[in-house]
Amino acid sequence: MPLASYQTSVPVVVDDAKCIADKGCTVCVDVCPLDVLRISDMTNKAYMAYDECWYCMPCEADCPTGAVTVNIPYLLR
Amino acid sequence: MALDQIVDGLSEVSCDVLVIGGGTAGPMAALKAKLKNPKANVVLLEKANVKRSGAISMGMDGLNNAVIPGYATPEQYTKEITIANDGIVDQKAVYKYAQNCYSIIEELDSFGIRFLKNENGDYAVKKVHHIGTYVLPMPNGETVKKALYRQLRRARILISNRYMATRLLKSTDGRIAGAISVNTRTAEMLVIKAKSVILCMGAAGRLGLPTSGYMFGTYENAANSGDGYSMAYHAGAALANLECYQINPLIKDYNGPACAYVAGPFGAFTANNEGYRFIECDYWSGQMMLEFYNELLSGKGPVFLQLKHLHPDTISEIESTLHKVERPTRGLFQQGRGVDYRSESIEMHISEIGFCSGHSASGVFVDHNARTTVPGLYAAGDMASVPHNYMLGAFTNGSVAGIDAMEFADNHDFAEFDAADVASERDRVMAPTKREDGIPPNQIEYKTRRLVNDYLQPPKVTRKYELGMRRLAEAREDMQERMIARNAHELLRALEVQSIMDCADMAVHASLYREESRWGLYHWRTDFPEKDNENWFCHTLLSKQDGKMTSEKRAVEPYIVPIADEEKDLYDKQRIRATA
Ligand SMILES: Cc1cc2nc3c(=O)[nH]c(=O)nc-3n(C[C@H](O)[C@H](O)[C@H](O)COP(=O)(O)OP(=O)(O)OC[C@H]3O[C@@H](n4cnc5c(N)ncnc54)[C@H](O)[C@@H]3O)c2cc1C
Ligand code: SF4
Ligand code: SF4
Repeated sequence: MPLASYQTSVPVVVDDAKCIADKGCTVCVDVCPLDVLRISDMTNKAYMAYDECWYCMPCEADCPTGAVTVNIPYLLR
Repeated sequence: MALDQIVDGLSEVSCDVLVIGGGTAGPMAALKAKLKNPKANVVLLEKANVKRSGAISMGMDGLNNAVIPGYATPEQYTKEITIANDGIVDQKAVYKYAQNCYSIIEELDSFGIRFLKNENGDYAVKKVHHIGTYVLPMPNGETVKKALYRQLRRARILISNRYMATRLLKSTDGRIAGAISVNTRTAEMLVIKAKSVILCMGAAGRLGLPTSGYMFGTYENAANSGDGYSMAYHAGAALANLECYQINPLIKDYNGPACAYVAGPFGAFTANNEGYRFIECDYWSGQMMLEFYNELLSGKGPVFLQLKHLHPDTISEIESTLHKVERPTRGLFQQGRGVDYRSESIEMHISEIGFCSGHSASGVFVDHNARTTVPGLYAAGDMASVPHNYMLGAFTNGSVAGIDAMEFADNHDFAEFDAADVASERDRVMAPTKREDGIPPNQIEYKTRRLVNDYLQPPKVTRKYELGMRRLAEAREDMQERMIARNAHELLRALEVQSIMDCADMAVHASLYREESRWGLYHWRTDFPEKDNENWFCHTLLSKQDGKMTSEKRAVEPYIVPIADEEKDLYDKQRIRATA
């Protein structure tokens, strides 16, 4: 069966100006219990790659530069 | 390398004691095993990252079941838990927990985790349960994980993050021989030979589907997909009382408690739409959940946690716990909706179903030494059968498991397993990556969990269960024949669905086996609406025998703390008779 992708607004937002993944940081990617964050090959910044969030917040709490914001996912806002 | 690209590979390592799951029970088990024999190798295998994994990822608001001298005795606690579980309890394990947990609190205190004390320096324990006083707040509850992690590093525990265990290995004579795991970012497989294995993989939290629309918006940490139950089952271990589901009273739409355990001791209470209390006690039990359910359906709902009658300073104090620790997005959620506890009550609802002994009573069967029915295999925490464990139970029984498992490892050599078992597991694991075309794991998972909600959520109707079983079998066939995984991350999800499917099948089987109603809402069978002590005052054990799912009865061990007849149904009397 052919596959199509499905649009979804993700709850976790990374401020590219603050993210220092290009200097080697991977903290948020490392700590996420659901393993849904990645560093982008294009921008070298962290981003939410999979919409499978538990909205638990270690990514935001542990980011050394305060670049991560966890929002309440839209459907339960 | 492209994102989560699949690498075909298989390697093998060995250790003395293997602990699977580095959330709460796992780190303590690993630590105690290592301290028992510092020369031995202890590996802690974790699907996520031990630094932030498990139910206590961000911390905890308090201990829900602390047995502290001066407030409660092990006898009282054992009695309360026995009554709260309709009598189906092997008291030895509960009593042992109650005796040991105080020394674990002191140990956690020495790790730097603080517990609330009063002016005299005594622990300030609060009353939430029906009979006794056991809830101890943790003012710096957000430090739990960091404190544990420091201890693991100091003890030189070998930590393997991002490995998902998938199956256990056994020798022909039935002894544990190790486990098979998969790297969640590369799909490389790792076989770990071990003399003893401790399962600490948490609840089956992704069984029912939350109404929020998010599959990962579960009450339990969504990484806990029930892999431990599935692995224990396939290894031939017995699982106890799986029909005793876990269902929680949560904030409506949000996957955290409102939470009466925190706010109750300050004077908050669960109220109906008329503003009245309708239950005697806010402690989570099946009987309490049944009254909650009845109230919602009676036209007197919605149900609320009411605290607007409290002093604004008290509310600020409650907020500082509820919105900071454990589930910090709880504050964001309320803020987003403009809910101010000073003027508005918190709307609550009933969660999806799951398995979890942390709050309920089912799980991989263990005795008072955390031993399962497979020699050398242990279990602790939310997935083991000691009821109403909560966090302190995970720590305490994890400790018991760690010590006993190291003793086992000291007295046994490696057991030999059949290489063919590894080969067939490799085929099973990699199958979704070999297909060109098919159904992605998220759709199979959604369908399975939607079926769980539609057919398995109590009240349990036999006809619905039979239909559910048929639909689940169809979904299983799709899962086995057509599921695809295009990268390592999707493979992780594809493997998780297989655990979820196993748990759903076990939930059906166990529920149909027990032909009575018990534990309030958790096992309310409309076709057998009464409690039947004559035939069903027993545990049920589910296991795989000759490749087939089988259930049998197991007698409740004679009580060590007797329960008087007039005390037996205290938890059945939850409903407040006259509310006006
Ligand atoms: C929202 C919430 C609030 C709670 N509040 C309280 C409270 O205030 N007080 C209290 O006493 N208790 C509370 N509890 C209960 C308590 O937190 C749990 O009972 C306890 O932490 C469970 O510990 P555990 O080790 O069994 O599971 P967890 O801590 O969840 O650990 C399980 C670990 O296993 C890992 N894992 C899962 N599958 C695999 C696999 N296949 N391979 C490798 N690793 C795997 C997971 O990633 C996870 O790290 C709460 C629970 C929740 C969810
Ligand atoms: S932790 Fe912060 S700085 Fe580091 S990669 Fe993530 S967003 Fe960037
Ligand atoms: S909130 Fe939790 S699950 Fe979501 S991205 Fe952050 S760490 Fe991961």
